Amino acid sequence: MNFLDFFTRLLAATLAMGTSLTYATLGEVYTEKTGILNLGMEGTMLMGALAGFATAYNTGNLLVALLAAMLVGAALSLIHAFLCITMRANQVVSGLAITMFGTGLANFLGQRLGPATNNYNLTGMNLASKFDNIAIPGLSRIPVIGALFDVSVLTYALYFLLPFAWFFLYKTKHGMVVRAVGENPRTAAAMGISVSKIRYLYTIIGGMFAGLGGACLSLSFIPSWNEGMTGGKGWIVIALVIFSAWNPGRVVIGTLVFGGITSLQFSLQAAGFKMVIPAQFLGFSPYLITLLVLTAMTIINQKKRGSFASPAALGTSFAIDDK
Amino acid sequence: MRFSLEKRDYRSKKMTILVPIVSLLVSFILGAIVLSISNANPVRTYAAMLKGAFGSQTKIQYTIVKAIPLLLCGLAVGIAFRLKFWNIGAEGQYISGVIGITWVMQFWTFLPTYLLLPVGMVVGILFGAMWGGIPGLLKAQWSVDETLTTLMMNYIIIGYAEYLYINAWKAPRGNMGTILYPEAAWLPRIWGRVHAGLYIALILVVILWFVLYKTRWGFELNMIGKNQQAARCQGVSIKRNIILAMLVSGGIAGLAGVIDSAAVTHQLTKGVNSGYGFTGIIIAWMSGLNPFVSILVAIIMAALETGSDALQIMKLPSAMGEVMQGLILIPLLAGSIFTEYRLVLHAKHKEAGV
Repeated sequence: MNFLDFFTRLLAATLAMGTSLTYATLGEVYTEKTGILNLGMEGTMLMGALAGFATAYNTGNLLVALLAAMLVGAALSLIHAFLCITMRANQVVSGLAITMFGTGLANFLGQRLGPATNNYNLTGMNLASKFDNIAIPGLSRIPVIGALFDVSVLTYALYFLLPFAWFFLYKTKHGMVVRAVGENPRTAAAMGISVSKIRYLYTIIGGMFAGLGGACLSLSFIPSWNEGMTGGKGWIVIALVIFSAWNPGRVVIGTLVFGGITSLQFSLQAAGFKMVIPAQFLGFSPYLITLLVLTAMTIINQKKRGSFASPAALGTSFAIDDK
Repeated sequence: MRFSLEKRDYRSKKMTILVPIVSLLVSFILGAIVLSISNANPVRTYAAMLKGAFGSQTKIQYTIVKAIPLLLCGLAVGIAFRLKFWNIGAEGQYISGVIGITWVMQFWTFLPTYLLLPVGMVVGILFGAMWGGIPGLLKAQWSVDETLTTLMMNYIIIGYAEYLYINAWKAPRGNMGTILYPEAAWLPRIWGRVHAGLYIALILVVILWFVLYKTRWGFELNMIGKNQQAARCQGVSIKRNIILAMLVSGGIAGLAGVIDSAAVTHQLTKGVNSGYGFTGIIIAWMSGLNPFVSILVAIIMAALETGSDALQIMKLPSAMGEVMQGLILIPLLAGSIFTEYRLVLHAKHKEAGV
């Protein structure tokens, strides 16, 4: 296998893996921009994966499946929004609760929504159709970069959603309102903005994206249902938001790097390289790298404050009559 | 008519007790709804779970055996939560402890057999403390987000443990798991399957209660959690306390792993990532970080786990226990506001008058 081929394949694998991460990260960026931290991503993504797969399996309609994943994501994050915004609960604990509930419920429903022949279990079932890659004639033949033009609809959609998110948050008036709520809710409220309404809205939107991210896994990347199939991706997402410094423009760098590292081991194996490092070490390497990069980023951020800082009000509750 | 929330001058004692109890009931009702939607009879399912958890002496023993590591993990998480350090890494610290004791049991053969257990326990606790101490140090020194570091460290140690029991430390026979610890170094049983770890856990509850409520250090931890600024002004070292609390927290989670492996599994093998560390979070939060209340909550959580094992025989999804555990926190979080705020009704005309 030649060099160009290897990189084309690596990029293709990275895009396939990174799509799910990018959706969820983008969603979490929207949510955190308004000052709400949603640690429920892992559970929301798993519920999205389950809802998407179960719907696609039972109806055969992929679009309805995507819709179901978004709805489920919205519902779970609505619970989070209610707890954090209306009931002023601790956002960290609420997010953990959403993850635990979502994970449990998804695994439970996975044992309930399957066909009777498989004891109602969805594990091991196949889909009639999945989101296949669509190659754009001509463009997809370019070495390496061609991989960008031979992806599923879900990935193509990101080519628009990412720039849109950046433009929306930084170049429109409503985007400024969103950022104001996350930076200084008191001032935003004084300007007549309904802080709670904005926070509810973007927490729910974030959940929809997370649901989609989960559905990308079960409808395209590994078209199947497995208990705990997100395998910690929802937590990587939280780290990716920090790496991207809450800027959708930088989200893609993070997801490419992390998708790339994870795909690299498979690509190397496929290319016939003999593995010197034990498989388990490669398995936890993305988490080790996340840990190291997170530490490095945090230290760098402290040295030069400014464009890398988190929304000032992130993780705090807000009520107009608080002293 | 209009509702509004008014801050109470003091935390309401009545609400602090009432809210968790009502939350538990609400979560069982919500669980019943989940069950009915998925075509399972809630009453029958709950009855089966109750029977599975407490139906016979053996079952009660199983539930207690599960409650021991859960209680310890709850205590571990609770200490870190006191200063608002979100340790979600008890799972990893638990595994680290198991690796520590297994290392001693397997390779410290120069020790006399009667020393293997005590030395193994100490090393396991130290391993857990180390795994908890690293995120503590990162947070104290550079304020690296602890939710992520503790969590990432879980995945790292889960992978490493797998490497150990599948490759490096694998017993010559079978395809996974280390060789069993020498039988003389097992933690003794005291009642059927219930082992001496119960005493250790209960003694620790008393010690922790004393330390957290009656000593200066406990007071400092509380102060940091409530108001970091005020604590700093009082000359409390926040850095030192974060590291210290995480060493203790990790050590106790490590102890949970040490006890469970010395008394139940007798080896490092698949299933070491038991999820106890995560359930510990629920236990800590539900008990209001109170060590004595943790005992009760740990038993409820253990019963949910042993109870749902019984569901498999009835061809019902065993994941119901997981759903219930996850559900419990939601009404609790929603209700906690009433301990600090009271609901006030305003009549409309009155408002207009003012």
